[in-house]
Amino acid sequence: MEKDIKLMKGNDAIAEAAIRAGADAYFGYPITPQSEVIEYLMAEQPEKRTGMVVLQAESEVAAINMIYGAAGAGKRVLTTSSSPGISLMQEGISYIAGAQLPCVLVNVVRGGPGLGTIQPSQADYFQSVKGGGHGDYKLIVLAPASVQESVDFIKLAFDIAFKYRNPVMLLTDGVLGQMMEKVEFFEQQERKKEDEPWATVGKAGRGHRNYITSLFIKPEKMYEVNLELQKKYREVEKNEVRYQEIDTEDADYLFVAYGTTARICQKACQLAREKGIKVGLLRPISLYPYPYDAINKLADKVKGVMVIEMNHGQMVEDVKLAVNGKLEVGFMGRSGGIIPTPSEILEALENKFINK
Amino acid sequence: MLMEALEDLNLGDETIGVAPVGCSVFAYHYMDIDMQQAAHGRAPAVATGIKRVMPDKTVFTYQGDGDLAAIGTAETIHACNRGENITFIFINNGIYGMTGGQMAPTTLENMKSSTSPYGRDLKSMGHPLKMTELVANLNGVAYATRQAVHTPALVRKCKKAIVKAFKLQKENKGTTFVEIVTNCNSGWKMRPVQANEWLQKNMIPYYPLGDIKK
Ligand SMILES: Cc1ncc(C[n+]2csc(CCOP(=O)(O)OP(=O)(O)O)c2C)c(N)n1
Ligand SMILES: [Mg+2]
Repeated sequence: MEKDIKLMKGNDAIAEAAIRAGADAYFGYPITPQSEVIEYLMAEQPEKRTGMVVLQAESEVAAINMIYGAAGAGKRVLTTSSSPGISLMQEGISYIAGAQLPCVLVNVVRGGPGLGTIQPSQADYFQSVKGGGHGDYKLIVLAPASVQESVDFIKLAFDIAFKYRNPVMLLTDGVLGQMMEKVEFFEQQERKKEDEPWATVGKAGRGHRNYITSLFIKPEKMYEVNLELQKKYREVEKNEVRYQEIDTEDADYLFVAYGTTARICQKACQLAREKGIKVGLLRPISLYPYPYDAINKLADKVKGVMVIEMNHGQMVEDVKLAVNGKLEVGFMGRSGGIIPTPSEILEALENKFINK
Repeated sequence: MLMEALEDLNLGDETIGVAPVGCSVFAYHYMDIDMQQAAHGRAPAVATGIKRVMPDKTVFTYQGDGDLAAIGTAETIHACNRGENITFIFINNGIYGMTGGQMAPTTLENMKSSTSPYGRDLKSMGHPLKMTELVANLNGVAYATRQAVHTPALVRKCKKAIVKAFKLQKENKGTTFVEIVTNCNSGWKMRPVQANEWLQKNMIPYYPLGDIKK
């Protein structure tokens, strides 16, 4: 078959990927820098192409609860937003995790706190990876570093979401959402035909009713459900860790960075090697589950680890856990929509470990 | 009565109900149909999600006045305004029953509650909200009615209204909205019979029964 290659903006590509992944519905509310997703969908009218429903909700609160309803019907559903909108969705996300519903969420992160800036950022790491909403739950979080991965991960995210009956988030940022890159599309997937056995679609032909809830009022039952969730998360940690290593074989120093900053670090590695400093990069692709083991192993080989982020060091905590005191962990970051440059990243590494 | 209506129309097997947060949070334990439990106030959005992906199924929400007319006002108005083909069953008991009798948007003037211990003062606490009149103004709403269930005759009338609402939903006529004015004797701190008398004397004059849009 001929390859389906397009030059496309990240947000548009995510929208197209959702249609091709056989999504049943999209519910969302506009917010910069990701409004192109719903604009693309409204213009494309996927209802005519695949039967996929697209609805502009009155708020992110409504959008995430529409997701809850449609996910509870066992359908493939997604929403996209950016930081303040994702904050509004947190109650709903917690309910979705508690009721064990599959869905895909995309956060095209912008700088905060508050209304912040519409420029790119990675300041929602804690919110995505450590909780965000209330209760003992986990989102499975994937961090694409290109438009191509944004597309591929939409499909992957649906697969993982249904495998574990758990919400999956794509954590991208304003750079990835707004930039144009060449992207190859997977072929159109069929929308789901079979009903999930647990879904609320009307009890006809089943003989018993299904219900979707996150309410377990008896402590023993709530405890039991929490243990079940923990068991699921251990499975996720066993099976779904994803990362990429670049130039780590002979590296004396290691960058750890995800998404956009990982792309910039690749350039910083090049600059370093031109100067004779052997630097490698570990790029976590899944932020939960986190590649602790891979970083831990590399910590035996290198002399220093630098974490690079577009925030003030949120992922440093996980890298320190991974390194487990074997080495010093340095950090360089910019925030507020300022993107670190390869040369200042390299300079930070040199100042921390070489010129001291 | 709600289940009777679905049974009469032979819709039980293809219906999905949405339970709120409030005294009816466990509604899904008492109705032998598929149901979802929604976050406080969000039942109309949840119902929208369900209905949009399964337009042929019957979908209803069952919500209290705090749920539908306070925290969930935006979801209620917008689902009605879009004319979502869903049925609202709106239980107006003038109070937050579940959480111990706090003031609701529907609490009457001078009515005492645990957060209006000296009675609702209109100047500082606002006016009791007539939600059904409000949504009846929206073009998406096909049927809006206010019913009650404190006498057998009223129960029969109310059931008729619910049947009509589901029939209109099946005909894709738009949003159908059935308010039911009820007592909450524990929240009102009254005996059941006394609560019904108080309801007839005080609630019904402010919340008059009958169709507001048909
Ligand atoms: C986000 C959120 N805020 C507050 C609550 C607490 N709460 C539970 S039920 C309720 C009021 C319910 O009142 P109403 O909707 O009138 O139902 P009733 O119990 O009277 O039937 C409140 C405030 C909650 N569960 N979730
Ligand atoms: Mg109430």
